[in-house]
Amino acid sequence: MSEAIIHVEGLGKRYRIGERERYHALRDVLMRAITAPFRSGRKSRSEDDLWALRDVSFEMRQGEVVGLIGRNGAGKTTLLKILSRITRPTAGFAEIRGRVGSLLEVGTGFHPELTGRENVYLSGAILGMRNSEISRKFDEIVSFAAVERFIDTPLKHYSTGMQMRLAFAVAAHLEPGILLVDEVLAVGDLEFQKKCLGKMQDVSRSGRTIVFVSHQMNQIRRLCERVLWIDGGQLRQDGRTAEILAGYEAASAGPLESGGRPDVPSAKARFETWEILEPRAERPNVLDTFGPLVVRFTVRVRQPLRNVHHGIHLYNAERQMLWGMGFDGLQLAPGVQQFVYELPALPLRPGAYSWRASLRDDHELIEDWDCLPELVVTTMPLTHRMDEWAGILNIPCNFSVAQREMDECATTPDKAT
Amino acid sequence: MSATAETGVLAQRPVLRITPPASWWKIPFGELWEYRELLYFFVWREIKIRYKQTAIGAAWAVLQPLLTMVVFTLFFGKLAHIPSEGLPYPIFYYSALLPWMYFAASLQNATNTIVENQRLITKVYFPRLALPLSSVLSGLVDFGVSFLMFVVMMIYFHVRPTTAMLWLPAFIFLALLTALGLGLWLSALNAIYRDVRYVVPFLIQFWMFASPVAYPSSLVPERWRWLYGLNPMAGVIEGFRWSLAGHGQPPGGLILVSSGVVLLVLLSGVAYFQSMETTIADVV
Repeated sequence: MSEAIIHVEGLGKRYRIGERERYHALRDVLMRAITAPFRSGRKSRSEDDLWALRDVSFEMRQGEVVGLIGRNGAGKTTLLKILSRITRPTAGFAEIRGRVGSLLEVGTGFHPELTGRENVYLSGAILGMRNSEISRKFDEIVSFAAVERFIDTPLKHYSTGMQMRLAFAVAAHLEPGILLVDEVLAVGDLEFQKKCLGKMQDVSRSGRTIVFVSHQMNQIRRLCERVLWIDGGQLRQDGRTAEILAGYEAASAGPLESGGRPDVPSAKARFETWEILEPRAERPNVLDTFGPLVVRFTVRVRQPLRNVHHGIHLYNAERQMLWGMGFDGLQLAPGVQQFVYELPALPLRPGAYSWRASLRDDHELIEDWDCLPELVVTTMPLTHRMDEWAGILNIPCNFSVAQREMDECATTPDKAT
Repeated sequence: MSATAETGVLAQRPVLRITPPASWWKIPFGELWEYRELLYFFVWREIKIRYKQTAIGAAWAVLQPLLTMVVFTLFFGKLAHIPSEGLPYPIFYYSALLPWMYFAASLQNATNTIVENQRLITKVYFPRLALPLSSVLSGLVDFGVSFLMFVVMMIYFHVRPTTAMLWLPAFIFLALLTALGLGLWLSALNAIYRDVRYVVPFLIQFWMFASPVAYPSSLVPERWRWLYGLNPMAGVIEGFRWSLAGHGQPPGGLILVSSGVVLLVLLSGVAYFQSMETTIADVV
């Protein structure tokens, strides 16, 4: 099916800075009109313009699941808002074939005074479901949200979690041909997120076209085969998920300050920089291979240290310690010292990690550094595409199935990945 | 519309083209029809939540005009001796308060509806026209409830219904269109200038005195009567008195002028609202 289901060409959206103010008072407008003649030489207001989106073009085919990534304020939501007709573009156009459902927020149209049941119908209607459709799916929605007992209680008596679950349950049962989703899977506890993600996968497998915004790269990896990277209102890259995400994660790691940390002259010793010596990636804090690596920490030592304990720890983004090691009885002479670690591999899933390096002299703490920049791993993930929740390690492995001979009941090994 | 029915009929599907704002004067009848269920739910929601957590609930719909009628009867009627053209004062005032209270509440609700539904507007697309429309439609329920009270009063005061009563729907429709037309203007303006919501209560108060609620329009000199018709509510209220209480002449000329004005306000209101619709999500 070659015809595009979404065709976007030269799309742009300009905001006057003034237009985004939330509150306009007539007084301000009058004041501006009165003072206008006295404000000389400010004819062009173009400096007040902000292009939230500029010259974006792409096409999507039926059944594609496309992730939209980019920093906050890059224009992702603006793009979704234009596609879902909430706001109009300033330039260019978009052509869409089919019914569009948009999910820019969880719980759109929920009213605290109404009961859960009433809210399901109301929110469903607002999201574009037919009354009969909601009735048909009502039981499914309620059991998905697990709020059966409270369905005739006003929503204001629900806990936040229950409200979120009910809201997502309604949204998850939308069945438009095109679904636009903005960062809504980040609600609820881990268990519920998992359920939501599973539901999204079902939706994507049923041949619907989905545009999906998320800041959680593991969700993008799991759901999307294609990614659009929006940067500063413009389409920076468009391509296969793994490739684009690698570049995006490297870029969002931020530039490495070559000067290292600010110096503290009174300290006996101080870490200055860290970097990956081998293998060299684009940036010295990015790891993109499975194999051996060499990491170097630089320490400036001011006074001779005779009985040093040096510790190193590796944390993930959730501040979970992944690995630690300590070395005692080091002697360090004044000058710049280099600590070099050779590791056979860091089999980590893509994402941001951080080192923590410490120095003690005779048990006196001299230095405890949360190393900046973060370690960014962009190695291709090896786990099954749909198995994002399988752990934190990224280990190459071979798997085979063999039947043992002379066995009464043949057992197949577990389908471990 | 199910997903399976949608697949494989790409070519037949209508293409929705999203472009910068261009035509704004078109009334999206087709789209409103498509979203009729949502319109129904908006009306239903307004009715549902209006009297939530009140002790006497929908009785407020009766109490408000009833108490106002009592006050008017006492002060304007018994004390100031304003002529009621032969009608019992309660009937005279209540028949005017029926459309007036409907109009005032509808206008107030319609004005605030865009701002109140700000979150909705910035998160979901639907024809924005559905919001003020649902405001004026949901007021009809209160009107119906307070009308029942009038029936009770008619029995009590032995007011015999006439065939003129058949005109009542036309007059209430005119009141609805007046509230809608003005509500479109004010709700869109309120989205930009929040001053509007402070202006509206005054507007409604002044307007009531410019309408024959507390007095008969016969107090207005004959040669100015046509000018008086420029106030659409004058025609509506006179129409109500005539059709409900069988009082006086059918307000033919007045209604004609009023209808013309309503049409003008409504069309310009739709045009302004539609021109705002394209940017409303950005400014509200």
